[in-house]
Amino acid sequence: MAAPFYLEFEKPIVELEKKIEELNALASSGLDISADVNALEGRVEKMRADIFSNLSRWQTAQVARHINRPFTLDYINYMFTEFVELHGDRNFGDDHAIVGGLARFNDQPVMVIGHQKGRDTKEKVYRNFGMPNPEGYRKALRLMQMAEQFKLPVITFVDTPGAYPGIGAEERGQAEAIARNLREMASLRTPIIVCITGEGGSGGALAIAVGDKILMLEHSVYAVISPEGCAAILWSDGTKGAQAAEALKPTAKDIIKLGVIDEIIKEPVGGAHRDHEATAMAMKEAIARNLAELNKLSGDELVESRYKKFRAMTRCAE
Amino acid sequence: MSWFTKEKTGVEKSDGNKVKVPEGMWIKCQGCSETVLGKDVAANLQVCPKCGYHYRISARKRLEALLDGGTWQEFDADVTSVDFLEFKDAKSYQDRIDVALSKGGSKDAVICVEGAIEEMPVQVSCFDFSFMGGSMGSVVGEKITRSIERGLEKNQPVIIISASGGARMQESILSLMQMAKTSAALAKLKQAGIPFVSLLTDPTTGGVTASFAMLGDVNIAEPKALIGFAGPRVIEQTIRQKLPEGFQRAEYLLDHGMIDAIIPRTEMRPKLASILKMLHHSAA
Repeated sequence: MAAPFYLEFEKPIVELEKKIEELNALASSGLDISADVNALEGRVEKMRADIFSNLSRWQTAQVARHINRPFTLDYINYMFTEFVELHGDRNFGDDHAIVGGLARFNDQPVMVIGHQKGRDTKEKVYRNFGMPNPEGYRKALRLMQMAEQFKLPVITFVDTPGAYPGIGAEERGQAEAIARNLREMASLRTPIIVCITGEGGSGGALAIAVGDKILMLEHSVYAVISPEGCAAILWSDGTKGAQAAEALKPTAKDIIKLGVIDEIIKEPVGGAHRDHEATAMAMKEAIARNLAELNKLSGDELVESRYKKFRAMTRCAE
Repeated sequence: MSWFTKEKTGVEKSDGNKVKVPEGMWIKCQGCSETVLGKDVAANLQVCPKCGYHYRISARKRLEALLDGGTWQEFDADVTSVDFLEFKDAKSYQDRIDVALSKGGSKDAVICVEGAIEEMPVQVSCFDFSFMGGSMGSVVGEKITRSIERGLEKNQPVIIISASGGARMQESILSLMQMAKTSAALAKLKQAGIPFVSLLTDPTTGGVTASFAMLGDVNIAEPKALIGFAGPRVIEQTIRQKLPEGFQRAEYLLDHGMIDAIIPRTEMRPKLASILKMLHHSAA
């Protein structure tokens, strides 16, 4: 894993952990202080559980963006076998902010697609901070259509600040690429399972997030705009992200009430960044269970129930 | 309705820089700087008769110009928005809804009608930019989806005339889901072989562009309309360079292969009729 990085509200935990380390160092010199260490460890566990079960929405957004949070390739590594990455949109290029390819999930061949962020500066730039250009979405669509052709379920991992807002992206039809994916995913005659794993950033997230089952990690966020973007527009102040996050209600707990997601996947205490493998295993269990259900449905049934699912997403008065 | 409760139409406010032209006054055209009579511009569908500059036009005026006899049957006119998230910035969303409703115009940002263009029955959704910047929340998504479903049921072409700042932030995730919902309905229309024409007018950005507005079998724009995914300011701040001349204007999109044609408003009705009749020939 990369270098340690702590969010502001994780610092009390880190301090206690340091103390435990110091005590352990003393213990190795012959002193018997195991009772003290045990007590402190108990306190740390309790503190961590307290902090992470009472995160504000803004804190949740920060956990969702944690630099050590597992990314798509981490999940692929833990949950799939025989991953063969497939590149390119066959039109313009290969977008490194979206990865995808064939893999086996519990032996069943599947197509796996997801946003990919980087951890160090070099990789962040290489992955364009997880912000795809149109060719990324077109690659994703190409792979999804291949999945349909060969009767493979599609599993996607969603973690992006948003689609890239650049000149080239506009010139090559960012809006069209996203829109086309929404339409084509709606009619794809194969199971689609979507996992919101970090930041579900607006249209850039949705473009690979139209599915039969939408699963969401406990400390992920999913909204129409980032808190900062929203603050810049509505408060004319990009630093009011905390207030905007409260208003946008982007957490898993918030949006499951609106019927937008099907299931919340618990993260290890302290967040997914503390234990990639445990996070991946919890998600693997959820995917396997949902996939077994979807595997029984025909292409027509899938398309019809997917339509009904999104058709019901409305709140209005008449 | 008794005479003293007659509806009054207040002074129309400007939307951005493309002000609506007051009738009966001389104005300096924003396109050619010539002095033209406001009523001549109004009579020409808010297009300057000298240079063809397109001012913004209200949704109802546009529909009058487009549909046979200037008449139509409106659907879902009374569906209104709900502040289900209790969203609050400087003002609550409920206050914003109330203010928008108090203007006495449309009850949300889109008008959905059935009418005919040169005797071909069509389902038309026309954005009303004066209602919260034409933003798309549940109501807009729902009404447009119903309009597409009516087209599907009645085997009638669907037209969506967009003018929108994008998804409505105050409905957060559910406004995002309207993009998926409307696009899913268009998938059905496509499979049924019924034409969908998207007409992009100034301005069409964000989640509206990134869903139905770019999914037309034929995408048509009005001259110089601003059309894009990200707003120009967001792009400038991200890349920290000046944007190219004419960036995100209809002509720029045409050059980059994103739209099929640019058609002036004054020629829209016959051109649309012609396109629809050729595409939907089996129904004629």
